[in-house]
Amino acid sequence: MSIGDYIRDSQIWKSIFRHPAPHDRRNRIVVVLTNFFLHLHPVSVKQQGIALSYTWCMGGVTFFLFLVETITGVLLMFYYRPTLEWAFNDILALRDVSTLGIMREIHRWGAHAMVIAVWLHMYRVFLTGSYKPPREFNWVVGVILLVLTLLLSFTGYLLPWDQLAVWAITVGSNMARATPFLGYEGPGAQLLNIGGYDLITSGSDARFLLLGSRFVGEATLNRFYILHCVAIPLVVALLIAIHFWRIRKDGGISQPL
Amino acid sequence: MAHPNLTSSVIFGLGWLYLILCLMNSFWAMAQLKKQKHFKVWDIFGGMEVPSATTWFAYSLFLGLVSFAHFSGSGSPDRFMLSLPEFFKDSVDSILADPRVYFALTVGGFALMIWLREWWTKPTVAWILLNMSILFLALSMTDWDFRQIVGKPDNVPIVGMLFLLGFFTWIYFSRAVDNDRRMAQGLPIRERENNESVLVWPDLVYPELICMIVLTVILVAWGIGLPAPLEEPANIAKTPNPSKAPWYFLGLQEMLVYYDPWLAGVVFPSVILGGLMALPYIDFNKSGNGYYTFNERSFAVSTFLFGFFPLWVALIVLGTFLRGPNWNFFGIYEFWDVHKLEALNNKNLSEIVWDDMLGVGRPVAEAGASFASQSVTILIRESVGLIFVFLYLAALPPLMAATGYFRKYYNRMGFIRFMVFTNLILLMAALPIKMLLRWVLNLKYIVAIPEWFFNI
Ligand code: HEM
Repeated sequence: MSIGDYIRDSQIWKSIFRHPAPHDRRNRIVVVLTNFFLHLHPVSVKQQGIALSYTWCMGGVTFFLFLVETITGVLLMFYYRPTLEWAFNDILALRDVSTLGIMREIHRWGAHAMVIAVWLHMYRVFLTGSYKPPREFNWVVGVILLVLTLLLSFTGYLLPWDQLAVWAITVGSNMARATPFLGYEGPGAQLLNIGGYDLITSGSDARFLLLGSRFVGEATLNRFYILHCVAIPLVVALLIAIHFWRIRKDGGISQPL
Repeated sequence: MAHPNLTSSVIFGLGWLYLILCLMNSFWAMAQLKKQKHFKVWDIFGGMEVPSATTWFAYSLFLGLVSFAHFSGSGSPDRFMLSLPEFFKDSVDSILADPRVYFALTVGGFALMIWLREWWTKPTVAWILLNMSILFLALSMTDWDFRQIVGKPDNVPIVGMLFLLGFFTWIYFSRAVDNDRRMAQGLPIRERENNESVLVWPDLVYPELICMIVLTVILVAWGIGLPAPLEEPANIAKTPNPSKAPWYFLGLQEMLVYYDPWLAGVVFPSVILGGLMALPYIDFNKSGNGYYTFNERSFAVSTFLFGFFPLWVALIVLGTFLRGPNWNFFGIYEFWDVHKLEALNNKNLSEIVWDDMLGVGRPVAEAGASFASQSVTILIRESVGLIFVFLYLAALPPLMAATGYFRKYYNRMGFIRFMVFTNLILLMAALPIKMLLRWVLNLKYIVAIPEWFFNI
């Protein structure tokens, strides 16, 4: 008896995988049905639907990058404190005291790659007309995922707390100041006043809500940190689950009718 | 020179790039040899049939020599000859360093991409285009200013994205052209051929595994090769010039040149996202679902690609690579000089109307006038622009429904859908229209009411 067979015959193995190795047709079906991770997939798919030149694998790449970002992000969190005193120095230490090696690099390049991959994924879904019925709603879920991917990247951009970070976020968030009605330099904001008191001021407008202060400061760092590490990832994870579930419910990868 | 165009490490690095290009072309030549491809020399040169592979092998050999020259010459950058000549760089910059030329080129390129799709998707043509773009990049890297901006760590992904976009756009158009031809001949499209069901294990999980491994390798190599940027610690008192948003928002930042923040930064992004979400509900065309085609959905694809290429990707490239200090436009080989001056003599429409055309000056409210009378004066002052904007957004859609090309759309879409659709199209067109007005009339704002932060 080979060592592989010995392991696969053991009670431990069998308690985890409730079937023999996927060498024959029956077990190849069973493996997909009984494995928690694999059962995201259907048992069988159309050959052209999974052809690389058809799907470009970009949805899968996006998902994989999301996982990479989660793992490297958790590791980075162990070494990073979101305060004015420490944020920059902790990043500096990540570079100079190589505790985590290239973890920060992988996290940053993975984030850029995820933005690019999500665009390419949307591009492919558009070009194959896969947003057409019955997949309209999943396209909408996708657009929300696209926004959240950009916001994830945007909130993370601030965390190193260097010149690149604060000024990029300053320029980006200055737009919120001009939100119609809700920004204090936006059209219509003057109309929102009660008895001569402005409701929308630089201390109460959309930008203040985003930054937690009148300029990019410690409150902003805290806010972006929580959005970046907790709030947005949770929503993204939920929406990805819905996205995948809907792919199955909508009849799998699109096919010519 | 303080800013050397050539350094040892640049020359050495380019040696690798040419070596990779040499290998790529050797494989390509091998493939041509296998396919026994021939091409005919022009008649004046004898008109004989030559195997394509010969040319490609010669080209690869040449690249190999170039690569070797880089490796052996990297020791003495001062005497190294292979770099872009100054007159070439100067002439490219003097022609290109202008948003008008840039925009014209991107729109022209977009039109050619669609119009010549049967030609440029041919493998040989596409391969030559790829070679040209890599050679352009390699040669440009010999310029200090070009390297400063393209080699910035956060900008490297954009260069990668451009190549990926080119590649995937090629895949799309070649498959679409192929399917369109098949349909014209009454043959089954490619997605219907060899389309048996296969089991997910192993036919899907193995490619997925391979894909994950390849990606991991790429990320690790990228992480080792390119350190993540870290600049000076944050300093609110020291504004960098230029200050740029993260690269994926630079298209929006570029729009700020033409529209105020409330439009460029809030309304237009919302419209883009709303429009994307609305897309499946306004595209009534049932065909082209689940396969690549251009002819069956030419309007939808062209519109989307226009929004994606000239109005999104090209503006990101512009904002990232070509906008320097004070958001001035710089050529790709031009030094980012903080003191570069650009004449700004833009005028508002109300100034053109009241001052230049009527010659009576813009109406001004009396000092101490009531809010209501001030408002009336402002509205009268900006009336021409307001009417234009109103006509554009409210009168054009019904007109489009009643006449012309879009009439058939109206009949199939119904009222609400058509109004959403036309307004989205008009808002998308609002950007190039404002660009043209700026360039032709020096127009600053169509409606200028700074009193209310309401400038269009
Ligand atoms: C975090 C972001 C996203 C992830 C992880 C993700 C993941 C996936 C995956 C794995 C698939 C399976 C097919 C494929 O790989 O192409 C898929 C399909 C799909 N995605 Fe996404 N996606 C994301 C964002 C988007 C966006 C931005 C859109 C569109 C705006 C979108 C629309 C769709 C649609 C309509 C399908 C079904 C396509 C078909 O049946 O051919 N998704 N997605």
